[in-house]
Amino acid sequence: MTDFLDPLPWLIVLPLVWGTLAFVLGPGRGGRLAIAAIALQCALALQLAGQLLGNGVRIYAIGDWGAPLGIDLMADGLAAVMLLLTQFVALPLAVYARGYFAAQAKGISQFWPITGYLLAALNALFLSADLFNIYVTLELLGLAAVGLVAIAGGKPPVIAAMRYLLATLLGSGAYLLGVALLYGTYGSVSLSVLMPLITNEAPPAVLLAAALMLLGLLLKTALFPFHFWLPPAHGGAPAPVSALLSALVIKASFYLVLRLWLDLFAPLTTVAAAQLLGALGAAAILWGSVLALLQSRLKMLVAYSTVAQIGYLFLLFPLVTLSPPGAAESALQGGVMQAVAHGLAKAAMFAAAGSMIVATGRDDIARLGGVGARLPLTLFSFGLAGVTLMGLPPSAGFSAKWLLLMAALESGQWWWVAVMIAGGLLTAAYVFKVLRRAFLPVEAGDSVTRVPRSLEFSAFALALASILLGLFGAPLLELLMAGAAA
Amino acid sequence: MIDHAWLPVLVVLSSLLPGLVIFFLAESRIRLRTTLNLIGAVAKLTLIGLMLWGVLNDHEYVFRHTVLPGLDLVLKADALALLFVALSAVLWLFTTLYAIGYLEGAPHRSRFFGFFSLCVTATVGVAMAGNLFTFFLFYELLTLATYPLVVHRGTDKALRVGHVYLAYTLGGGALLLIGTVWLYGLAGQVDFVPGGSLAALPPETAGQLQLIFLLLVAGVGVKAALVPLHGWLPLAMVAPAPVSALLHAVAVVKAGAFGIVRIVYEVYGVEFAQSLALLLPLAIAAAITIVWGSLRALFQDDLKKRLAYSTVSQVSYIALGVALFGPLGTIGGLVHLVHQGIMKITLFFCAGNYAETLGTHKVSEMDGVGRRMPWTSAAFTLGAFGMIGVPPLAGFISKWYLGLGALEAGMPWVLAVLAASSLLNAAYFLPILQRIWFRPTPDAWPAEHIPQRGGWETAPLLLLPPVATAAATLLVGLFAVSPFSPLDWVKLIADREYLQWTP
Repeated sequence: MTDFLDPLPWLIVLPLVWGTLAFVLGPGRGGRLAIAAIALQCALALQLAGQLLGNGVRIYAIGDWGAPLGIDLMADGLAAVMLLLTQFVALPLAVYARGYFAAQAKGISQFWPITGYLLAALNALFLSADLFNIYVTLELLGLAAVGLVAIAGGKPPVIAAMRYLLATLLGSGAYLLGVALLYGTYGSVSLSVLMPLITNEAPPAVLLAAALMLLGLLLKTALFPFHFWLPPAHGGAPAPVSALLSALVIKASFYLVLRLWLDLFAPLTTVAAAQLLGALGAAAILWGSVLALLQSRLKMLVAYSTVAQIGYLFLLFPLVTLSPPGAAESALQGGVMQAVAHGLAKAAMFAAAGSMIVATGRDDIARLGGVGARLPLTLFSFGLAGVTLMGLPPSAGFSAKWLLLMAALESGQWWWVAVMIAGGLLTAAYVFKVLRRAFLPVEAGDSVTRVPRSLEFSAFALALASILLGLFGAPLLELLMAGAAA
Repeated sequence: MIDHAWLPVLVVLSSLLPGLVIFFLAESRIRLRTTLNLIGAVAKLTLIGLMLWGVLNDHEYVFRHTVLPGLDLVLKADALALLFVALSAVLWLFTTLYAIGYLEGAPHRSRFFGFFSLCVTATVGVAMAGNLFTFFLFYELLTLATYPLVVHRGTDKALRVGHVYLAYTLGGGALLLIGTVWLYGLAGQVDFVPGGSLAALPPETAGQLQLIFLLLVAGVGVKAALVPLHGWLPLAMVAPAPVSALLHAVAVVKAGAFGIVRIVYEVYGVEFAQSLALLLPLAIAAAITIVWGSLRALFQDDLKKRLAYSTVSQVSYIALGVALFGPLGTIGGLVHLVHQGIMKITLFFCAGNYAETLGTHKVSEMDGVGRRMPWTSAAFTLGAFGMIGVPPLAGFISKWYLGLGALEAGMPWVLAVLAASSLLNAAYFLPILQRIWFRPTPDAWPAEHIPQRGGWETAPLLLLPPVATAAATLLVGLFAVSPFSPLDWVKLIADREYLQWTP
């Protein structure tokens, strides 16, 4: 299987190469190269998934050095799911970005190189097997993301980017401090070396390290109350960038929280900490949804929706920690499914919102009249993505919510049920706030122009995927558990 | 020959695919759109005909797809499903024809017919759902597909009503979801089977099961417009007439009523529901709804609003029949599912004709319309008499069996409810009929849109559907005991729900 291109290293090398080449080639040819290369990455991620389903966890030693001296890459089911999500969201978004930036002269020249580094950082992060490498990828990811936010130029995006930079540096700083404490205590940063060493009798320094690392990552994930940086950054960036950030970048730090919680710090986790994470998640769902409902700008609404949807991800911690084994498994599956569902749906929603803004020439929900008549496919995509976010069947969002609801009931934590149901209804309220406007006729003095087909179809592909995954999601869950069983 | 398991899927696809294509048609492609609609409707009817024949010969068509471990999407065509599917498909055909006539020249027709097809897709999905999850799926799809139809006109009023509609239906959906998740957690995957499957659960779960029943019935009760969850229905009449017709006769309210049927008979099992003391509260809720709806209908001057309150009342006959323990009550309730649909769609078609042709929206403006529009008025009269329960029309058959069922169940007070309701029906319909036929015709109709032309009192596509459904109102009553009548089919269902009983 590993004869031609081994997915583990190539998933990291490939985007680095095309990112650098795009810098040289310029936006036109660079964009085409990027799309072709991401398509190849999709194939690699699928190949990796196939390998995992067949043989379980894969480890790859760079240059055959091996840990502890060299650098190991490791892929389990969870990593493979995240890699699949990343490549398959990036592909339609790359198509979208080409069409989107074709109309604008500004900002395009840096978009492709930075996106290449961003994807390389994401893939490397999912594949890293030691805490220090993870730090490096986190930092690269954060810087690339900040660069993309600032790409449009102008005062508000730069201010948002600076705020984002501050948050992301603070987050990775806290994380690095934690890693240093662990290294001081145990003399290693390798996950596989540390895992057996950390027990529930670990010294206070380790507890402090765990707290610092998790806090830093929560800041980067924008979990309530650390969400302050997200709406201006995600709402102010160009649409393809917002989509990448909301769909993928925050998922990376969530992935790390999950990984640390389930594996490395599992002996240290307490019910109280898990309930606290769940409570923050619940607060995020309610607060984010209410704020989304109050926005008058379309992209800010979608950005606050991200704040809310992140909350669902964190409901998985109390459910995993305080449940009988069956329910814990379904909670994990539900949480990861939610990450995937939100990734696809939010990318679609930002893409659709971007098309609507291009078409109407302004970012204003009250002026969306006429969009339904002129851009039916885009509106339909927005609606489908909305269905996933609301968690209505048949969609990946529903599958996620169903699994989480089952886990909540089975572990007797009915209060999370109430939160999820209320969140779903609030989501419906803000999604319909957009849809009902778009059904209205165009207002006097406004005009709705058409947008390139590639914008409409790439958003639709993402939205459709988020629905179809709800019907055919079982293989993804099987892949997720492929690593856990081994 | 197609694999049998795919027949239910094809029935769903026969309206889903045309609907999706229609969304992307340009407004001007009228002929293609009409063709697609009709091909879908006819294909659906053909497939249903095939399945009717099979089910009569003890076949069952089941399609099963595993969505998640322990969560299956099941489409099942059994006798009960086919009752509702056949009703939807037949009335869809009529309503499509009517809508083509009604919307001639109106804007956004592609969008309208696209969602119209989605709405029917959801309805047949609700009918053929083989478990609670599948039911929930199509129940929510129905909400999403009907919302754009309700707000179709895009006026401020329509948008406000749309808000109310969403708040009610999505809230109901949330209750249904909680109930479903809870039940799946308790009993695993709950398929719809004749006689229900929950009786096997340990007795200490009885309290939970009662609570779940409340959640589920409240969830579907929103769409079935059980008082006090009925507030959206009279408002939703701002929708165009074909939408109101479909909403009131087959799609939304029936999906709710049908949900009650499935939950009582095939989730809990009617005998188990009786032993949990769930049927009496349901009967009381239905009785209150019947009387309250009729009382409110008395005071409405707006014709569509009067009809809407009448729907609130009439749909609860179905819930009442379900709540009467015993096969005769079952027959009365289920047959009313069909009969109410045929009668109410006739009445809404006629109301639409009056509004479109003469600009008449209010009861007080209807003096003498019988002379100007004799065919429409005759159809309206048949529908109204049917609602009152005049023999031998459809409504009489329903009420007759409901009455017998009440006696069989030992609940004679239900007879009083039926009698009161019939009196009230007469009280709000007969004055309309008196105006139509016995008041002098005014010299001119100030808001006349469609002039009389060549013997046609209105556009042919507006006139033929109500005449046809009015004729059906008469025929299903007259030939109630002949084979293949709705009554005959319902007896077959009752036979399968009550294991030790032969009709």
